[in-house]
Amino acid sequence: MPWLILLLPLASAALIHLGLKRNGTLAAWLATASALATLVLTYLTPSSADPVKFSWATFEGLDITIGLIRDELAMNMMLIVTGVGTLVHLFSLGYMKDDEAKGRYFCGLSLFMFSMTGIVLADNFIMMFIFWELVGLSSYLLIGHWFTKESAADAAKKAFCVNRIGDWGFMVGILMVWAMTGALSFSQMALPEGVPAIMLGVALLCVFCGAVGKSAQAPLHVWLPDAMEGPTPVSALIHAATMVAAGVYMMARFFFSIDGGEHAFSHLAELFPAFSFQTIAWVGGVTSLLAALMATQQNDIKKVLAYSTLSQLGYMVLAVGLLKPDVAMFHLYTHAWFKALLFLGSGAVIYACHHEQDIWKMGGLFKKMPITAITFALGTLALAGFPLTAGFFSKEQILDVAFKQDKALFALVVVVAFLTTFYMGRLFFITFFGKPRTDHAEKAKEVGPLMWLPLALLAIPSILAGYPFVAEAISPLYHHHPFKLFSAAFLASILAFAGGIALAFVLYFNKDEDALANQPVAKLFANKFYVDEFYAWFVKWFINFKASIIAFLDDFIIGGLLVGGFSRITATLGALFNRAQSGSLQTYSYLMAVGIVAVIFITVFM
Amino acid sequence: MNPASLSEYLFASGLLFAIGLAGVIVRRNIIVIFMCLELMLAAANLTLVAFSRSHISEGLPDYDGQVLVFFIITVAAAEVAVGLAIIVALYRSRQTIQVDELTSMKG
Repeated sequence: MPWLILLLPLASAALIHLGLKRNGTLAAWLATASALATLVLTYLTPSSADPVKFSWATFEGLDITIGLIRDELAMNMMLIVTGVGTLVHLFSLGYMKDDEAKGRYFCGLSLFMFSMTGIVLADNFIMMFIFWELVGLSSYLLIGHWFTKESAADAAKKAFCVNRIGDWGFMVGILMVWAMTGALSFSQMALPEGVPAIMLGVALLCVFCGAVGKSAQAPLHVWLPDAMEGPTPVSALIHAATMVAAGVYMMARFFFSIDGGEHAFSHLAELFPAFSFQTIAWVGGVTSLLAALMATQQNDIKKVLAYSTLSQLGYMVLAVGLLKPDVAMFHLYTHAWFKALLFLGSGAVIYACHHEQDIWKMGGLFKKMPITAITFALGTLALAGFPLTAGFFSKEQILDVAFKQDKALFALVVVVAFLTTFYMGRLFFITFFGKPRTDHAEKAKEVGPLMWLPLALLAIPSILAGYPFVAEAISPLYHHHPFKLFSAAFLASILAFAGGIALAFVLYFNKDEDALANQPVAKLFANKFYVDEFYAWFVKWFINFKASIIAFLDDFIIGGLLVGGFSRITATLGALFNRAQSGSLQTYSYLMAVGIVAVIFITVFM
Repeated sequence: MNPASLSEYLFASGLLFAIGLAGVIVRRNIIVIFMCLELMLAAANLTLVAFSRSHISEGLPDYDGQVLVFFIITVAAAEVAVGLAIIVALYRSRQTIQVDELTSMKG
C-alpha cells in the first residue's frame, strides 16, 4: 500500500504522457483522481516505525536502498502534500480550462506529486537526492509551461540552474555524512565517537546548501520570484506550499535521524558546533528580512506573495537554525495551507481580471468577488498572524523560540512580522478596495465553483490548523507548547500586527497610487536590492574571465605552439628543399658529379 | 718507340672524361651537352680497352673488355638516335634547345 502512494501519480503522469496528451480534459480528471486517491491512501496508511524497502544497488560497504519511511513526520508531511495537491488539481481544472496544453500541464503536476512523495517518503539520502532532482525537473517543466513566452522559459532555466548550485553542496554534504556515519539510511544514522566537531559543522552546512537552493534562501533566493512565470496553481503548490518547503523538511528529517527521534532535539546543540547552526539561523533571518522589505514595493500580485513565501521560508529556516525543527515543521504545516490559499486566491483574481497581475490595475474587487475576497482575507490574516488563525500559533512559537535563544534574532523576527502585515495589508487594500482602476477590474466576476471550492476548503485549515487539537492530529513533529497569554512573543506579535495593519491602512486604503514609490529606499526594495543585476554582472565577469584564459590557451598554446609550430617547421623545411629544385639542368648535373666524386673519394680513400 | 703504358692510357681517358663532364656542366646548348656525354662514353670505352690490353694471360690480352666496347658502341648508336629524336621533339614543342630556358621543373 505505501508503494501505491508513490506510484499512483507516476502512473498517471506516464499514462498522460504516453496516451492522453491530446485529450486534455480526460488527462486533467485522471491527474486529479490520482491526487485524490493518494490523499485517501495517505490518510488510510497507518504510520509505523519500520520503513518498507528493497535493495537497489549494492557495492562493497554501500547498500543503496529504495525504501519508504512511514513515521509520523513523513505521513503528516504527506497529508500536507496530497491535501494541498488535491485542492490545487481541483483549482487547475477551472484555471487551466482553456489552456492549449492541458495534458502536458497535468502530466507535469502528476510528475511533481510523484517526486514530492518520493522526497517525503525517502528512507535514505540517495533516494531523497534522486527525487530532489526530480522535483527540480518538474518545477522546471511547470515554470516553463508557457515556454513560448521568453520570460517563462528564462525563469525555468534560472530556477534549474540556481538549484544546481545548492544541489552541488547538498551532494557534498550527503557524501560527508556518509563518510562520517557510514550510513545513508535515515534510520541508521548515528554519529560515532570522535568525529571532529568542525567536520560535522561543515557537513551540516553542506547539507544545508541543498535547502538553501530548494527553499530559496539568500543568496540563492533569486529563482523563486521569477518562478511566478508559471501558471498560478503551480506557484501555489510547488513554489509556496510544498516543494520550497522540502528544504526545511529535509533539514528536519536530517536532525530527526541524527537525534534518533527520541530526545525532542534537545541534544543537537551538543552535537553540532555553534557556528554551523547559527549560520543557518542567520541565513534564515536575513532572508526573511530582505524578502519582506522587497515585498513591500512589488506591484505584481504574485510577486508579493512570492516574496512573502521567501520571508516565511526564512522563518522556518531560522527555527531550524535555532535547533527547533519541530517548530519549523509546524510553521511549514500552517504556512502550506494559507499560502496555497493566497496563491489560489490570487489565481482567481488574475483569472477574473483576464490575466492582469498588476495590483494597481485592479481595485474594488471585494464586492464583485465576495468568496474570493473573504477567503483571501482569511489567508492574509493567517499569514499576518492575526490572533486565533493558524499562522498566529506557529509564528508565536517561532517568536518564542527566538526570544529564548537569541534577542537579536527576536528583534529581526518581530520587524519581519510587522513588515509582513504591512505588505499583505497593502496588497489586500489595493486589490480589493478602492475603485476599479481598469476595465478588466470593472468587469470582473466571481469565479466558478470549481475554483472557489478549493479556496473555501483551504480557508478552513488556514484558520483551524493551528489549534492544538488539530495540530496534534496532522502536524508533523508537533509538540504542544503551552500557550502563554501576555508573553513577550505574544505581545510582540500583536503589536507587529497592529502596527503593520495600521500603517498599511493609512498609506493604501482607498488610494490610487503608491505614496512611497518615489522614495529612493523604496526603489531599492522594488528593484530587489539589485541582487539580480549583481549576479548578472558577476556571472558575466566570471565567464569573460574564464573565456579569456581559454582563449589564451587556444590562441597561444594550441594554435601558436602546437598547430602553428608544426606547420611552421614543415614550411621552413619545405622552403629549404625548394631551393634545390632549381629546374636548371646544369645544377643537377653539377651536383650529381660532386656527389659521385664524393662517393668515390669516400669509398676509395676512407 | 715504346708502346704507351697503361697509366698513360688511363690519364688520357681521365682527361677525356673530365672534359666531357665539364662540357655537360657548363654548356647551355643541349646538342653540345649531348656530344659531351658521348665524349664521356668514349672515355669509358678507352679505359675498358686499355685494361683489356694490359691484362695479359697465357701471352694473349683479355679480349672480353674489347668485345664489351663493341656492344657499348652499338648501344650508344641507338641511344644517340633516341636522344636526338627527343631533342627534335623538345625543339618542336619549346622552340629552343638552350637548357637555361628549360626550367619548368623548378620547384
